[in-house]
Amino acid sequence: MLEVFIFATLNGLVTGLLLFMLASGLTLIFSMMGVLNFAHASFYMLGAYFAYSISLQFGFWLGLIFAPLIVGCLGAAVERYGLRRVHESGHVAELVFTFGLAFLIEEAIQFFWGPDTKNYQSPDILDFPLFTLFGQEFSAYRGFMIGVSVLIFIGLFRVLTRSRIGIIIQAAITHPNTVANLGHNVPLIFMGVFGVGTALAGLAGVIAGPVLTTFPGMAIVLGSIVFVIVVIGGLGSLAGAFIASLLIGLLQSYAIASDVGMPDLLNFLGVSFERDHPLNDLWTMTLPQIAPILPFLLLVLVLIFRPTGLMGNREE
Amino acid sequence: MLEVKDLHAYYGKSHILQGVNFNVQQGEIVSLLGRNGVGRSTTVKTIMGEVAPEGSIKFKGEEIAGKKSFEIAHLGLGYVPENRDIFPTLTVRQNLVLGMKSTKSEGRWNIEEMFKMFPNLGERADVHGGVLSGGEQQMLCMCRTLMGDPDMIMIDEPTEGLAPKIVEQVALLLQEIAKRGVAILLVEQKLSIALKISHRLYVMGHGKIVYEGTPDSLLKANEIRSEWLEV
Repeated sequence: MLEVFIFATLNGLVTGLLLFMLASGLTLIFSMMGVLNFAHASFYMLGAYFAYSISLQFGFWLGLIFAPLIVGCLGAAVERYGLRRVHESGHVAELVFTFGLAFLIEEAIQFFWGPDTKNYQSPDILDFPLFTLFGQEFSAYRGFMIGVSVLIFIGLFRVLTRSRIGIIIQAAITHPNTVANLGHNVPLIFMGVFGVGTALAGLAGVIAGPVLTTFPGMAIVLGSIVFVIVVIGGLGSLAGAFIASLLIGLLQSYAIASDVGMPDLLNFLGVSFERDHPLNDLWTMTLPQIAPILPFLLLVLVLIFRPTGLMGNREE
Repeated sequence: MLEVKDLHAYYGKSHILQGVNFNVQQGEIVSLLGRNGVGRSTTVKTIMGEVAPEGSIKFKGEEIAGKKSFEIAHLGLGYVPENRDIFPTLTVRQNLVLGMKSTKSEGRWNIEEMFKMFPNLGERADVHGGVLSGGEQQMLCMCRTLMGDPDMIMIDEPTEGLAPKIVEQVALLLQEIAKRGVAILLVEQKLSIALKISHRLYVMGHGKIVYEGTPDSLLKANEIRSEWLEV
């Protein structure tokens, strides 16, 4: 039981921190521009594919460095030459733009890399068990994923709260005109934040690609959950995104690792149904089966009981 | 320092500024007076690039009409808005750091000097700006603009809602700023502070300058005061 709990916690941390890397960029971009970037998970997918191609020629580590940089530059270009122009037409136009961009990126990936799954591998140097507990191994690569995510979190937190540029970003989120009047180039700051946000998504793709498989549908798989995280955490709240990411990562991991289900609950309540009952599928359902929908269930509960999200304060 | 010629500005179809002309020289304190709605705030917002201008605005000999706000600020023109716009979740010190255009060059002002001038701000250096009193917020807002080392600042209604004692402090700070060679354009509705510290005054009415003079001449111009200033 303890081994299941420990490994479920570690796997939940891996997923949660990975989700945070995506959600942090998305929520920062939302804070500044007031628009949810539907193409955000597509940048995550681009990160994985760029890293895959670079790794074929130059190995995993150069992919880890250059793929997020390329994705960040692409993101900055999208903001500068796309979103900034569309912004003048309002939020609906921005949403449609990012929605279309998500399709465009998916089609481009299928065009250049093909529709099949890519054999993107973790580096050989991390192909060993980090530790063995109760006879079960925890891979060094998963430990590496946790390490990278924690470093990014600490770096992001320090930059945003301790550095001058972080202070300017915080102020530009709420008072862009005042910040401009103090001599700061707000559009450039917005472009930088968009670039960094998409680069973080790209980095998440680079390190998740070998574990979660690199295929053209990987943006859709994670994209919807990232939006759920941003809403549960509170739109625009970085701390909320962190808590919600870990919450969902751990929740899903515990659910998958558990072996309880409706039969256990019914037994506990002393209720039983015949096998040919029309709702037999419902009575025999197990927690691992419903793990994928748990984030959405949590979203519904949060929207009912705390519509602003866990740490959000936006009423509008 | 600042020369505004035939400045027009619109909010939608409303013609707010209808040919404003005035100038401010180096080290001068010039007040822009007038009743609510005559276009005083719009004038400074237009100079600062927040409202699209028509006409000529020259700052230190360079045409700035049509430039972006941050470019104008970089030329050395500071702006303290009417609503103060303190960043409530940032500390007093962080608010001041935000005013610096660069960390490299040392200007006429620094944070420690600001704290000496305003011990209240120094004592609350690590307190969030949002919990300061109105007077402290006004001081912080002016100090924040000064941290950018401007050659001229435009201050919109700095005494609005402040106690008379705080108004005195604001007046002293403005005089200290001018002593250091920084020109000031003071947008005010209250005559008292403007008459006390200004070198020259302009009175606005219906989107135009309707009077130009000194504090002494305005005191004598009863007709102007009753027609354009007194309620």
